[in-house]
Amino acid sequence: MRFIFKTDYEQDIKLLQHGGHWWSYGLLFAVLAAAPYLVGSYLQSQLVFVFIYAIVGVALMILVGFTGQGSIGHAAFLAIGAYTAAYLQARGYPFEVYFPAAGILTGIVGAIVGIPALRLHGIYLLIATISFAFIVEEVLARWESVTHGNEGMRVRAIEFFGQTVSRDSNSFYFLCLGILVLVIIGTLNLMRSPTGRAFIAIRDSETAAKSMGVDIGRYKVRSFAISAAITGLAGTLYAHKMSFISPEMFTLLLSIEFIMVIIIGGAFGLHGAILGAIFIVMVDPLITMLKDDVPGMIAAFSRGFGVGEDAARAIQDRLYAIFSAPGLKGAIYGLIIILFVLFEPLGLYGRWLKIKLYFQLFPLYKRATFRRQKTYVKSERNR
Amino acid sequence: MSYFRVDNLSLHFGGLKAVDAVSFEIRQGEIFTIIGPNGAGKTSIFNMISRLYEPTTGHLFFEDRDITEVPPHQIASMGIARTFQNIELFDNASVLSNLLVGRHCHSRTQLWQEIMFMPNVRRAEKAHRSKVEEVIEFLDLQAYREKIIAGLPYGVRKVVELARALCSEPKLILLDEPSSGLNVEETDDMSFWIRDIKNELGITVLMVEHDMSLVNRVSDRVLALNYGRVIAEGTPADVQRHPDVVAAYLGA
Repeated sequence: MRFIFKTDYEQDIKLLQHGGHWWSYGLLFAVLAAAPYLVGSYLQSQLVFVFIYAIVGVALMILVGFTGQGSIGHAAFLAIGAYTAAYLQARGYPFEVYFPAAGILTGIVGAIVGIPALRLHGIYLLIATISFAFIVEEVLARWESVTHGNEGMRVRAIEFFGQTVSRDSNSFYFLCLGILVLVIIGTLNLMRSPTGRAFIAIRDSETAAKSMGVDIGRYKVRSFAISAAITGLAGTLYAHKMSFISPEMFTLLLSIEFIMVIIIGGAFGLHGAILGAIFIVMVDPLITMLKDDVPGMIAAFSRGFGVGEDAARAIQDRLYAIFSAPGLKGAIYGLIIILFVLFEPLGLYGRWLKIKLYFQLFPLYKRATFRRQKTYVKSERNR
Repeated sequence: MSYFRVDNLSLHFGGLKAVDAVSFEIRQGEIFTIIGPNGAGKTSIFNMISRLYEPTTGHLFFEDRDITEVPPHQIASMGIARTFQNIELFDNASVLSNLLVGRHCHSRTQLWQEIMFMPNVRRAEKAHRSKVEEVIEFLDLQAYREKIIAGLPYGVRKVVELARALCSEPKLILLDEPSSGLNVEETDDMSFWIRDIKNELGITVLMVEHDMSLVNRVSDRVLALNYGRVIAEGTPADVQRHPDVVAAYLGA
């Protein structure tokens, strides 16, 4: 068990609390810096998707995890960022212009979406954000002079200060990693300042936040704007990674994937957003594996147990048909969410904390340490 | 003029008159207690002072300024802080960050400065932190700094809520039943702290309380309410002897 002896207020403020953090994050960075040279192009590409999803995860964490406002519309913010990038790039602007522009524009849209949040709570806010997402999807499909409608838009390689950064290059990998790191540091800074604490205050008790001088409306709009702006930045990277964007890429399912990122990761800290992003990006290859390899493996297995050749083939075809059924991905996502909400509401990061504490306190770990306490007394909510 | 004045204040929910034409004055540096049976309108008055409820009629004056129209989030920066009857803390945050939220009305840093954590933000954070430490020292919360509220016992939460209110450096503090749910020992501590808040910190206290022994020990003046109306005002002893108060509590 590590006890930190504090002798200075600086120690409450700094981001890396002790020497162990320097070691572990240093090691993580070394691995991430070496990774593109060591792993194949497929895994490198998956890592880039992890970074992009993690940026969105951080954005959503600010809004959902820290401010307590729901949103099932983040695919729309991603789309706005992506389309701003594609449109401005087609007009000949370089990356260093349209990247911030996408962030700012998405942030403004986010602030506008945040205004209804001043009056809406819980599930009603979710409904409002879903309808916002549908509106954006529809606008993208219909506003053909700007978005080329359902034909979609081609996105060329990044021109960054005269350098061409193609979407499969290691430079693109480092660009995404760098932006993710900057977003994380910015968010951590925000969360150790008055604004971040105001977000937490709004999440836990609006009444108390109000009476402590937090202007609820202003901070909710802020939270929406910041979250949207970060998602817009991720949208630009997403557009470049995909190299082609069309309205049907930014559907409700994508928004739900983003929500899953933070539910699976654990909606109470930035670690959760990263872990969730890793999980979600890796689900796709797992489903592909389920489809391609598992039926053959089971068929071979049943042959080994003396099942006839015809029967084995029948099993393989049957399983293949099941695993390649349309909508399987959605069903698996649904199942994963339900399992996490039921058995691990604190997500992967919560599980990690439990494991860590188990070894720190060994053999004294108490199972109830992380059990959520139910409060039965709440004074009247002045909503 | 008076320090804090409530003038003809009413709050009606439809036909129900929760608070009915209540007027009183609080002098600077005193402990003023509102008593009354359940549903007498005590907390409603508090909620109107902290602007969570809109008064049906009447006005509130603080330091000769009409605060009836001030939005709720500006009340704290005017120097009025409050606690809640059933504890409204930020449950999933540490005691420290709860107390730092209490400093919110004193923060002057801009959003972009915070995102980059500029030197001025760092300086402000340290200043807030040392102010919070003073309050921690004052209320003996040293053992709980890093603890998450959700895991703390009720008595400690009650003190943390008082601490959060003090962190905003108020001139007037509203305590909604500071001793409810506390045991005898904790109530004793609370009564010492309330007197210290008045004597050492020079903060005027407006309090709602049911525990008459605590009321007698700390209050300078007492106001008794029943069914939203004032039935008596004066020293604790006078009010307790008042026939209408006896009738309200014991039945006529």
